[in-house]
Amino acid sequence: MTRIDRVFRRLKAKGEKALIPFITAGDPDLETSRRIALEIAARGADLLELGIPFSDPLADGPTIQAASNRALKHDVHLEDVLKLAGKLRADTDIPLVLMGYYNPILQYGLERTAKEAARQGVCGFIIPDLPLEEAGAWRAAAIKTGLAPIFLAAPTSGPERIKKLGQLTKGFLYYVSLTGITGARTALPPELAQELEDVRRLVRCPVAVGFGISTPEQVRDLSPYVDGVVVGSAIVQKVANYAGESTIKEIGDFIAALKAPLRRQP
Amino acid sequence: MQPDRRGHFGKFGGRFVPETLMPALLELEEAYKRITRSPEFHQELAWYLKEYVGRPTPLYLARQLTETLGGPQIYLKREDLAHTGAHKINNTMGQGLLAKRMGKRRLIAETGAGQHGVATATVAALLGLECDIFMGTEDIRRQRLNVMRMKLLGSRVVPVESGSCTLKDAMNEAIRDWVTNVRHTYYVIGSVAGPHPYPMLVRDFQAVIGKEARAQLRRRTGRLPDALVACVGGGSNAMGLFHPFLKDPVRFIGVEAAGHGLPTGCHSATLVAGTVGVLHGALSYLLQNPWGNICEAHSLAPGLDYPGVGPEHAYFKETGRAEYVAVTDDEALEGFKLLARTEGILPALESAHAIAYLSKLAPEYSAKDIIIVNLSGRGDKDVEAVAEILEGE
Repeated sequence: MTRIDRVFRRLKAKGEKALIPFITAGDPDLETSRRIALEIAARGADLLELGIPFSDPLADGPTIQAASNRALKHDVHLEDVLKLAGKLRADTDIPLVLMGYYNPILQYGLERTAKEAARQGVCGFIIPDLPLEEAGAWRAAAIKTGLAPIFLAAPTSGPERIKKLGQLTKGFLYYVSLTGITGARTALPPELAQELEDVRRLVRCPVAVGFGISTPEQVRDLSPYVDGVVVGSAIVQKVANYAGESTIKEIGDFIAALKAPLRRQP
Repeated sequence: MQPDRRGHFGKFGGRFVPETLMPALLELEEAYKRITRSPEFHQELAWYLKEYVGRPTPLYLARQLTETLGGPQIYLKREDLAHTGAHKINNTMGQGLLAKRMGKRRLIAETGAGQHGVATATVAALLGLECDIFMGTEDIRRQRLNVMRMKLLGSRVVPVESGSCTLKDAMNEAIRDWVTNVRHTYYVIGSVAGPHPYPMLVRDFQAVIGKEARAQLRRRTGRLPDALVACVGGGSNAMGLFHPFLKDPVRFIGVEAAGHGLPTGCHSATLVAGTVGVLHGALSYLLQNPWGNICEAHSLAPGLDYPGVGPEHAYFKETGRAEYVAVTDDEALEGFKLLARTEGILPALESAHAIAYLSKLAPEYSAKDIIIVNLSGRGDKDVEAVAEILEGE
């Protein structure tokens, strides 16, 4: 059982749902990312997603594209993100999940990435442009080192693919809330709750939902239908306006507000 | 050759896309399989290619150019005479009819030089489909004429401000739009690039170039050419010319853009100077840094200004079936002037790269040999840019 499994099991026993915040590693710089990550972990996050900067993030909207560019400007690459994870590991138990596009991982080497990630205490990996058809080699390399290859399912997937993705994924299945790219939305698709119910009938693993979710109200509305909620752009937007300590505290308060509706309701 | 079941040419190709798009690619593959078996579709496409596009395009023996170069006989496959002024329409006509059969009501496309954008906008107008074209702001600046053409044809031109503001970024943005509107939108990829089945499908629609050229030369001379020469950005005009000669003893030469020169790093010579990686849904050669981030490409020819290349070209390179070379911006300009003065034809700057390489290639051949060059597009769109450079000298 991996660290991710243990978190979902513990939360389930308590009747809680997981909050999974996302930040881009190296935005605005690695040291600030580290401090933001620690604040996020301390204020109620259950897992943390660290984005690996990439020049052509085609599943991301403008907010995370910009974050990626800021990190790339001072040459933050996969290896730096792995080292950041290792540093965080020393200060927090929160399971760390890396999210990155396939090409940087391919260039670093699939087995090398998996080995290094495991060595630095990373728990899982999400690769948004690696569908199950192409994921064989990566999945094998990840599993060999005890790293969870986390797959995404989408509203267009259909029951057959969702079942298959549920079998292949480790840790949890990441359900994409809408057909589209990342980025805060004021409204989520009305059919989302029904879709999530269907997905949870099709798979046995925990299901987390992400893309477009940016407010405690949206988190509250989705909470009954999932095991976890991912919030990315809304946090990254706060990082974009980074102005020292006050921003870190503001992010911490936001995390606490997002987590509140995921705790067991009395 | 056909790719394997999951769209690989050897190790190249495949489908590296967000899960949201996978079902759309599978649907497209199914729909494409159905129409390749449908005689009505082939009849309909053939009718449009003849009556609307103006095919077959001539295979023209360029006597003055031949004489000037003093080596082999040079034939030009006149894709510049196809409707809209480039080979791009062969593909958009096919994909437009396919989209219509699939019940999609909106087309999107990326464009660099604007030729593929114009060809898509044209077909959208013809078939009564909505159309948005993604174009980098740098290319919008360089290709004003084509921007105006697309607008006149009723398409929206969406300026793309990210990255290098050229073709690569336009393609990112088109993919992002497709992920968002996948249910009613058909993405018309303009080259033999992108995820499977696009490289196969675009190649098949462009293969009309090589099929015609093969038959035309045979009728005229009773023989095969010795070599085929075409410029390579993503590689669709080259693949279209090459593919019908795949099993013949004919040399394939793809000419990439060396931009300011390969040692400057300021070029688009993906196959000549790139390394293997994944971009825009396929494993192929790329211009990238050691960390796997994509580099900005450069070429005077906006249609070649792309840091990737079609996966089947990567396969041809690896197996040695085709040779890939590169010529600089300056050499391409010389090619542009050479064809204008010897034959009275202004080639597109992209095609001028293929013409330019002839000066290097001709000495290897004698007067009995035959080379076919794909004149993939006309140069009207480039007149302003070329004038700017020549007047600056």
